[in-house]
Amino acid sequence: MDILNALVALLNFVVIPATAYGAQLALGALGVTLIYGILRFSNFAHGDTMAFGAMVTILVTWAMQGAGISLGPLPTALLALPFGIAATALLVLGTDKIVYQFYRRQKAKPVILVIVSMGVMFVMNGLVRFVIGPGDQRFADGERFIISARNFKEMTGLNEGLAFKTTQGITIVTAVITVAALFWFLNRTRTGKSMRAFSDNEDLALLSGINPERVVMVTWLIVAALATIAGVLYGLDKSFKPFVYLQLLLPVFASAVVGGLGNPLGAIGGGFVIAFSEVTVTYAFKKVLGYLLPDSLAPDGLVQLLTTDYKFAVSFAILVIVLLIKPTGLFKGKSI
Amino acid sequence: MRTYILFGLVALLFIGTGFVQSWNTSLTILNMGLISAIMALGVNIQWGYAGLFNIGVMGFVALGGLATVLVSMPPTGEAWSAGGVRIIAALAMGAATVIAAVMTYARTSGRRRAIAVLAVITIGFVLYRTLFDPARDAIEAVDPASTGYLGGLGLPVLLAWPVGGLLAAGAAWIVGKTALGLRSDYLAIATLGIAEIIIAVLKNEDWLSRGVKNVNGIPRPVPYEIDLQNSASFVERTAGWGASPETASAITVKLSYLGLFAVVLIALIWLSQRALNSPWGRMMRAIRDNEVAAEAMGKDVTARHLQVFIIGSAVCGIAGAMMTTLDGLLTPGTYQPLRFTFLIWVMVIVGGSGNNLGAVLGGFLIWWLWIQVEPLGAGLMGIITYPMADGSFLKGHLMESVQHMRLLTMGVILLLVLRFSPRGLLPEK
Repeated sequence: MDILNALVALLNFVVIPATAYGAQLALGALGVTLIYGILRFSNFAHGDTMAFGAMVTILVTWAMQGAGISLGPLPTALLALPFGIAATALLVLGTDKIVYQFYRRQKAKPVILVIVSMGVMFVMNGLVRFVIGPGDQRFADGERFIISARNFKEMTGLNEGLAFKTTQGITIVTAVITVAALFWFLNRTRTGKSMRAFSDNEDLALLSGINPERVVMVTWLIVAALATIAGVLYGLDKSFKPFVYLQLLLPVFASAVVGGLGNPLGAIGGGFVIAFSEVTVTYAFKKVLGYLLPDSLAPDGLVQLLTTDYKFAVSFAILVIVLLIKPTGLFKGKSI
Repeated sequence: MRTYILFGLVALLFIGTGFVQSWNTSLTILNMGLISAIMALGVNIQWGYAGLFNIGVMGFVALGGLATVLVSMPPTGEAWSAGGVRIIAALAMGAATVIAAVMTYARTSGRRRAIAVLAVITIGFVLYRTLFDPARDAIEAVDPASTGYLGGLGLPVLLAWPVGGLLAAGAAWIVGKTALGLRSDYLAIATLGIAEIIIAVLKNEDWLSRGVKNVNGIPRPVPYEIDLQNSASFVERTAGWGASPETASAITVKLSYLGLFAVVLIALIWLSQRALNSPWGRMMRAIRDNEVAAEAMGKDVTARHLQVFIIGSAVCGIAGAMMTTLDGLLTPGTYQPLRFTFLIWVMVIVGGSGNNLGAVLGGFLIWWLWIQVEPLGAGLMGIITYPMADGSFLKGHLMESVQHMRLLTMGVILLLVLRFSPRGLLPEK
């Protein structure tokens, strides 16, 4: 019984939250890695692209809630998501036309593009704060739990409750669908194949008649969709705050780099590696150990390796270790 | 010539502020402008001389701030006796663990390496926490409302400026050692990470920096306003200025800071110019422009990069210490990457990377804009919303959001400069 209790506590506080967070990071990292693969620069505006997509979705959600439209037990935000994606797609395509295209034609060095993306980051960040303000916004509605802690206890008779939030379930399901669709697109369609070809060898791709502007446009569209979905899922699961999205940049980049920049599979793997280590290292294992160990050995302290405020240190430490041991990432990425 | 004209124009901005708003405001902006200029100088040393992409400026600035507290605050005797020695022992234990782990890594190989390193780290970490936790709790329990931390050394605050530089240099050495051999993007991400970690440490290690409780009342290198107002000779001397003693004292204090900061800035500009025009500076630029060729000429690229990375970070640390001295308090909660990292980058790019005077000009100009965009934006918004009905939702929202226009403006300025004048206002010669 104690072992079961320990297992449930571990599931409840580590495995489920980390899976949801990992899915969010993976979606964010996929966007970063695609831009790196096709456009060949690290996009620092990605966190704010996520924030922008989430913001539009929130506004549409509010309008829908005001009009009395809802999805029943599911959050209304899912209905608003396509609008968010469309608005973000317009924004990034516009940014590309006005800003990035010029440097692409000039064949500017990647680091210049990184600095340009810093400028874009400022503008997007200002835009988001301008429209929705810097405060916390909650927009999740519908049923809060798929399984609530109390129901679980009644069902199983265990001491530990297992809460499975709707937002976590939706995060995982949406992420699986999105990733499946993305890989189907990249591996099975003509456009997807041309994107991969462009990423592997630009000159050869150009020689075989692939239109670079079209590849770039499709990339931005996919990135807009990925960023919006990641941003909305994160906002549903936690809450929406522009500053937090800026800070997400670090774990998102860490995921992409740990997995291997430019490699979509790596981005997903990296996302889960980062998420699981963040949650594991900052979780207090007192409860779990209390069930597993005999009473005489039960720990006095919290058995928490680091307080939650140091979660950035965890992504950073993993990043450094991976870079030192395997500079191209766990799944072979490219290094330019 | 261009240099003189542009610096003259920026000076006019500050003089204009003095006439339109008040001299007090103008001096406040100018003092922070001086500090920003020093930060921009530091980033320019890394980016402009050597092409190193450091986006962890915030962390080095914050370390400078920490140095101010550690040097100038009076020591908390009770906290030292409660756990001072133990906490130092714990930190030494932590450092020993890291060194032992690195040595184990170097001396073993294969599967044994992984196990041995993991064992060393686990044992070291457990020992560290058993020493550290009770000591920290003991220190933080000492009168937490007013102290609850170890305090500083009680030395003159001016000494904190070079110490801030040293602290930042130390951190830069660690980052540089690990990340400089790698690709440039990775250095960027590594510095971004270390900056967040430094801020997290300052926010959470209450025994060291009081965390989010802030450290107030850091000693000043200049007199206090209230003392000046109470001194008969000061009031008598400034009676002729035509200002109240309050204003006169505020301006005198700001002018004294201005003098101190100007000395530091001028010294640093002089040193940077000497460095840039020396054989060392030429070597740096050669490495920046073509690493492979420079390496073929026998230059140790990684070592030179490490060197210039440490110097630049130290300059940022000095600026950070000066800023905390000016504020008179350390507030770890206020360090934000947009303000302390990316804004400094805007200064360097707009001013002209690779040109010391350009970076300094960018520091003054962008800082002035950063402050003044808000009143200017409020005025502009007032005109735009003038036809709207009072109390309408849109008008209220627009007027409230004026403060966020500064981010937008900075982004637009950066993008415009990158597009139309990519070498900045004062290009490198």
